[in-house]
Amino acid sequence: MIQDLVVNLLFIGYAVTVLLVFGTVLTWVERKQAAIMSDRIGANRAYVRIPFTQFKLIWWGLFHGLADGLKMMLKEDFRPNSYDRVAYAIAPWVVFTPVLLVFAVIPFGGTLHPGELVPALAGWFGDKAYPLQIARLDAGLLVVFAFGGLTIIGAMLAGWSSDNKFSLLGALRAGSQMISYELIMGLTVLGLILIYGTVDLGAIAQQQSGVVLGVLPAWGIFFQPFAAILFLTAAIAENKRIPFDLPEAESELIAGYFTEYSAMKMGLFMFAEFIEIAIIGALFTTLFLGGYNLPFMTDAGFVLPGGREFPLAHGVVVVLQLVVFLAKVLLVCSFQILVRWSLPRFRYDQLLRFAWKFMFPLALINLTVTAVAVWALGAH
Amino acid sequence: MQLHKRKEYWNSPTMSWWERAYLFEIVRGLSITGGVFMQNMWRWMTGRKGALTTYYPEETRSDYAANNRGKHVLTQRPDGTPQCIACNMCATVCPAKVIEIEAGFDPDDPAHPKYPVRFEIDYSRCIFCGLCVEACPEDAIRMVKEVPNLPTFDRRDMWLGLEELLTWNPQSDVAKPYPGKRGGRQDARKP
Repeated sequence: MIQDLVVNLLFIGYAVTVLLVFGTVLTWVERKQAAIMSDRIGANRAYVRIPFTQFKLIWWGLFHGLADGLKMMLKEDFRPNSYDRVAYAIAPWVVFTPVLLVFAVIPFGGTLHPGELVPALAGWFGDKAYPLQIARLDAGLLVVFAFGGLTIIGAMLAGWSSDNKFSLLGALRAGSQMISYELIMGLTVLGLILIYGTVDLGAIAQQQSGVVLGVLPAWGIFFQPFAAILFLTAAIAENKRIPFDLPEAESELIAGYFTEYSAMKMGLFMFAEFIEIAIIGALFTTLFLGGYNLPFMTDAGFVLPGGREFPLAHGVVVVLQLVVFLAKVLLVCSFQILVRWSLPRFRYDQLLRFAWKFMFPLALINLTVTAVAVWALGAH
Repeated sequence: MQLHKRKEYWNSPTMSWWERAYLFEIVRGLSITGGVFMQNMWRWMTGRKGALTTYYPEETRSDYAANNRGKHVLTQRPDGTPQCIACNMCATVCPAKVIEIEAGFDPDDPAHPKYPVRFEIDYSRCIFCGLCVEACPEDAIRMVKEVPNLPTFDRRDMWLGLEELLTWNPQSDVAKPYPGKRGGRQDARKP
């Protein structure tokens, strides 16, 4: 009992740390990657001086995220003369909290045997095993969508309670856009659910450690390449980033639904957006890129297609899986940033037409074909 | 029902089906930007500079024009004293009024009895017009193409005095024949 508590607290600490670090570092990654893509240098001046020395840690400007956060904290917290102060105050948290909660059901590693990992604890833990996941829920994917849907409420609340026409327009756009694209996200994932026969993210990640057709790793992207593209597009739209940043289109709506927010409240919106990039990366990794495993890798070690096995020690496997998961997430995040700095923004009518007349039929076709194929092949 | 007909422009874009399909063109655009990213990262990893930017003030640009009006220098006589005779013509002609000269009297040098005790230029206001160089009767002040090292947190640090202005090495000057260096030719102005 106590052991479960300790292990789960460790997991929660790890997950929160990872998310906050991703949120901070991604601001820097975004600026730096955009700069390098356009032949510039990018943020490189912020540094931390080691106290009592003249030694400055610059690290390619990695501390700019820290400086930005500090600046947000120290800014004046302006409050508009709004009629709905409560909604105005809780809106950033309604956006921020569900984004963190989504990570609870995402597996960030295989199975952990504490007794095997640290022999000194073997007596205390016995042969208990814990999947590296905060909440092993059977309804994992449904929880993801339930919490993902909550952020719409936050955006609408913010726009409504700000008592500002730009905010209201932004909130309206956010509402219609996010509801449209959430539908598409759900439809694309349905095909995967048909194939894997479960919505438990841990089980989905485990099923992807096998091999199909002899050589290909059994990743979701090889079963559903079409759905992968649609899912990533819908997810970027769900996160309201360019080319789908209509709700906060700064050339039209100043800052959209958070125009009236300043200081750390505005920082929370930004932070939530950057953490959601990481969440999308984690979801895409879990659903389509084989989760925490390298190709041909299971919890026991590598099994190459030819049948040769390379068993690995438990500690090596756990560390490798944690690192591989983070690396894959970072890659997907980097791709999202690449998209954000390459494509121009849609017009509002184009955005909704793209959702309902292009992606929605494609997602339906994909689902139909998958269902027929699963029925014909009699999988699972 | 269409209320008004949209105007047709002579250069209204025509897209092929390939471009209309949208996805392929997106892939092309992403590969261009991603390619530039990889190229610059590769340059950076192999020790070259992956950007067109020049670090300021750490780096000086190599492509300044030869006659760029950068920072001022005071030319020197062979013994190292400034050639300036503190006549105040540069300070008078200066449109921004940035030059301050305090003259001193030197009885040991009858040819140049006046010399600058203090010669300061306020670079926070200097407009780099070069009029001081044109006004100088003694060719004592010139402008070199390198820019002064100005970045600072206090505008009062942007005054440059004699010690900075006299750092220019007159030995490499070919435009000015110093006495005793070109076959013992004497300065015409000396009595």
